[in-house]
Amino acid sequence: MSLSRRNFIKGVIAGGAVASSAAYLFRGAGSLLGQSSVERLLTLTVNGQTRRVDVLKQETLAMTLRYKLGLTGTKLGCDRAECGACTVLIDEVPHYSCSVLTHMVRGRRIVTIEGLEGPGGVLHPVQRGVVDEQGFQCAFCLPGFVMAAVGFLKTNPTPTREELAHGISGNLCRCQDYDKILTALMRGAEYMRRS
Amino acid sequence: MPGKYIGRNYTPPDLVAKVTGRAKYAEDFRAEGMLFTKLLLSPMPHARVRSIDASAALAMPGVRAILTADDLPDLGGQERALTNEPRYAGEPILAVAAVDELTAAEAVERIQVGFEPLPFVTNALDTLRPDGPNPRLDGNAWGPPPPPREGAPPALPPFETVKWTTEDFAEEAQGRLPMGRPLEEWAYGDLEAGFAAAALVLDETFVVQSTGHHPMETRSAMAYWRNGKLYLHGSTQSVAQTRGNIARWVGIDPEDVILICEYTGGGFGSKGGGAVSMSIPALLSRKANAPVMMRITREDESYIGRARTNMTGRVKIGFAKDGRITALDFFIVQDTGAYGPLADHRSAGNAASLIYQPPAMRWRAVNVATNTPPRSQQRSPGPMQANGIIEPVITKAARQLGLDQVAIRRINAPEGKAPFGPVLPSGERNHVTSAFVKAALDRGAMLFNWEERKARAGKRQGTTIRGVGVTVGPHGAGSIGWDSIMTLRPDGRLYVQSGVGNLGTHSMVDLARVAAEVLDMPWEKVEVIWGDTGKHLPWTCPSVGSQTTHGMTRANHAGAMDARRKLQEIAARDLGGSPGDYTVGGERVFRRDNPSRGMSYVQAARRAIELGGRYDGHELPKDINPMTRASATALAGLGLMGVAKDTYGRDGVTYSFVIGFAEVEVDIETGAVRVVDFLGVGDVGTVVNPRSLLAQIKGGACLGIAHALFQKSVVEPRYGVSLTDRFHYSKPLTILDVPVAMQADALDLPDPETPVGARGVGEPPVGAAYGAVMSAIADAVGEDVFRRAPVTADIILMSLEHGRRMHEPLRMHV
Repeated sequence: MSLSRRNFIKGVIAGGAVASSAAYLFRGAGSLLGQSSVERLLTLTVNGQTRRVDVLKQETLAMTLRYKLGLTGTKLGCDRAECGACTVLIDEVPHYSCSVLTHMVRGRRIVTIEGLEGPGGVLHPVQRGVVDEQGFQCAFCLPGFVMAAVGFLKTNPTPTREELAHGISGNLCRCQDYDKILTALMRGAEYMRRS
Repeated sequence: MPGKYIGRNYTPPDLVAKVTGRAKYAEDFRAEGMLFTKLLLSPMPHARVRSIDASAALAMPGVRAILTADDLPDLGGQERALTNEPRYAGEPILAVAAVDELTAAEAVERIQVGFEPLPFVTNALDTLRPDGPNPRLDGNAWGPPPPPREGAPPALPPFETVKWTTEDFAEEAQGRLPMGRPLEEWAYGDLEAGFAAAALVLDETFVVQSTGHHPMETRSAMAYWRNGKLYLHGSTQSVAQTRGNIARWVGIDPEDVILICEYTGGGFGSKGGGAVSMSIPALLSRKANAPVMMRITREDESYIGRARTNMTGRVKIGFAKDGRITALDFFIVQDTGAYGPLADHRSAGNAASLIYQPPAMRWRAVNVATNTPPRSQQRSPGPMQANGIIEPVITKAARQLGLDQVAIRRINAPEGKAPFGPVLPSGERNHVTSAFVKAALDRGAMLFNWEERKARAGKRQGTTIRGVGVTVGPHGAGSIGWDSIMTLRPDGRLYVQSGVGNLGTHSMVDLARVAAEVLDMPWEKVEVIWGDTGKHLPWTCPSVGSQTTHGMTRANHAGAMDARRKLQEIAARDLGGSPGDYTVGGERVFRRDNPSRGMSYVQAARRAIELGGRYDGHELPKDINPMTRASATALAGLGLMGVAKDTYGRDGVTYSFVIGFAEVEVDIETGAVRVVDFLGVGDVGTVVNPRSLLAQIKGGACLGIAHALFQKSVVEPRYGVSLTDRFHYSKPLTILDVPVAMQADALDLPDPETPVGARGVGEPPVGAAYGAVMSAIADAVGEDVFRRAPVTADIILMSLEHGRRMHEPLRMHV
């Protein structure tokens, strides 16, 4: 696919990407690695919006979200699929976005923590559960836990504490506020059933 | 002072930002033209940099600047962000700034560094051997700190060389810690008489592991310069206290540093006053004349991100028949890592003398440096290690004397203004402000159904045996003498300046609850200003050592009382009578005998501005810190100002206590340990924020459980490299490793030596759980099965199989 710079910029603007947050990863010599036959300009569906973005072939979804699309709610805690802080939903299933190549998620529905709120800033039931039970301390792990829980609750809307703990056990919290996190997410599950 | 706000739950003002992803941590900021940096880390545990050839890297398109140790200000021998003499594998040598991260990483690969290897040592005992290598060119151990001098900052202890004799090591083969010449020592009471009078004397050695702090957010930072001022987005536990550190590390005036840290992704002591690595993006940004983002990876963090001091401790304790301790002799070899010094060993000695109240005690220690990643205080530095070394011994004594585990802790527990530590130059020993440990033990035993659980402990069911354990976890819990600033403004709101870091403990906000209480201000009209030194913050305690709730509730009580007095004075001036005739409530200041006669806070705020002087901050108290003075001056004229230094009296040193109760199940066929249940009971003074406080007890307990069962740092001795550079290898606790519902409670008895009654809580639960879980394992399968932590499945299994301990008893970093 041939692409003019002008068309690319138009695409980025149309996709809603913040101009100053785009292009951090491919301005210099490093981009040499990204030059190949792989198509670079992708169309992604993120939080219900269509976003066009220029992506290196080795780029992870976490980096695209954080550095190209301005969605910094998705956190990087280890970059190696160990901590779960970068968890997002891909077609409703929780994934570690640090370990997903952006090129692999074309045409799939991606939801990040920023995409949970309803119209008018109405919090998602799981977010409300966290606010009402004051789950989490430093909260760096929070977006990953919440996304993991939202994904898990789609498969099991009526979990016991044990079941929900298993469902979010791919996420680490170093404040180790696990007890209150579980209480908050159980409250979120309850709100989801009621909503 | 429980009331409308103190002692009640509330929703912290930052929670919606956190739950929607809008909360910005250091790596979430962007700046126009931002460069990225990558670090070149030392592959050797100790070496000298002989040459750096960066020509190939500098020739790469996109590479903008390289920063080496030669670009850094001299810090008088203290650790700098980059070095020409790396003292641990993973220590940063240089940093490259480039237009993107990939280019920076490629440039690092193309830089040739000539290293001259130097002798190194990874195990503290090895450097004490007669022919042991030194970790540094100038010695191997920190001596005792010089006596403090009035008005001068505390001086560094001397760094010296200490070697023990072959005879000193004679007991090593038996697994007993050699006790050669200590560098620090204190004693009180008649130790020999205490042991002579004892019905039982135990002498045990225990190895406490090192663990990485590993906050979820690494120490990433982004910096840029504007109009000669440094703007730094970093991660720190203590916003107000970090500004001066950054200035020192970068070599500029504190007034030229604007630190932005509204959210901190954990610290646990590793970001107490920020991180020295913050100076890398700051100085690179100046050199490259562009903003620089430094993303610290998890691997980087495992090297530069700090770790707990590991200790090998030996304790000899005499017990009377009733379990009362008659004498306690404590020896510690502490590994303080590549830098230091740290004082965990001293805190451990103080903690032991406090929670066991021995009538005679001796404490000796040697504080050794090694070529392993640098240590810093980690959540309960010292007391946790003391709990680990001593608690299994207390459990063993209880069994041998036929005593209940709670009873033996209770008979030795501190109470009231209990003394602790060495005899001071004054001839007196220190004492705590208050202790209600016996009440907490009683309450916990009742809530935990101790007797019931005890009855089922020790009996084999299938392949499992249960055990119960209890431990008193102590920690210092409060400082004094800090400042506060608040303004009651004509918009009818109270603005409270908070210099506390936002670790999610909510102490940052809790201090404003005190102001709201004193001024009877509706909570929804209170604004907390935090997270940015450009927003005029007061001189604030560092958020380490569980001191913030105590220190800053005091300071803000003083500030709110100042505001209240000014309200009364303004009312008396305008409406007649004396200030004492007036009181406050319902956003008004009014006559006690005629509540209809008064003025609203809005009117009073306007009057304060009209009157000026001390009422609106144009005249300030003489005793406040210069930082507070500058901030208050910047806020002067905005409304009625409450500004004060905490000068409330305090008799004693503030300590908190958490009692940990644990029940475990040990599978004797697999060696696996499951924590069945845990309860923490806090003797932590007045409860300010119940939900946060109970979460602190449970979260701290989880860190203790992790230390008892899983977490460790391992440094390979032959090459001196870290083997636990990722989560996977360092084994932090997961949600499946803890009971599905943990329990916590607090006595809520006010400390008499502080106006709000509150003491800190963050740290005592760590040692409480560490000791309780290990005591419970000892209760289930015997105290002699393990003499080190973490108590892993293979330790238990091997010991049970062979009928004796099979693990190497003294080696650290296993």
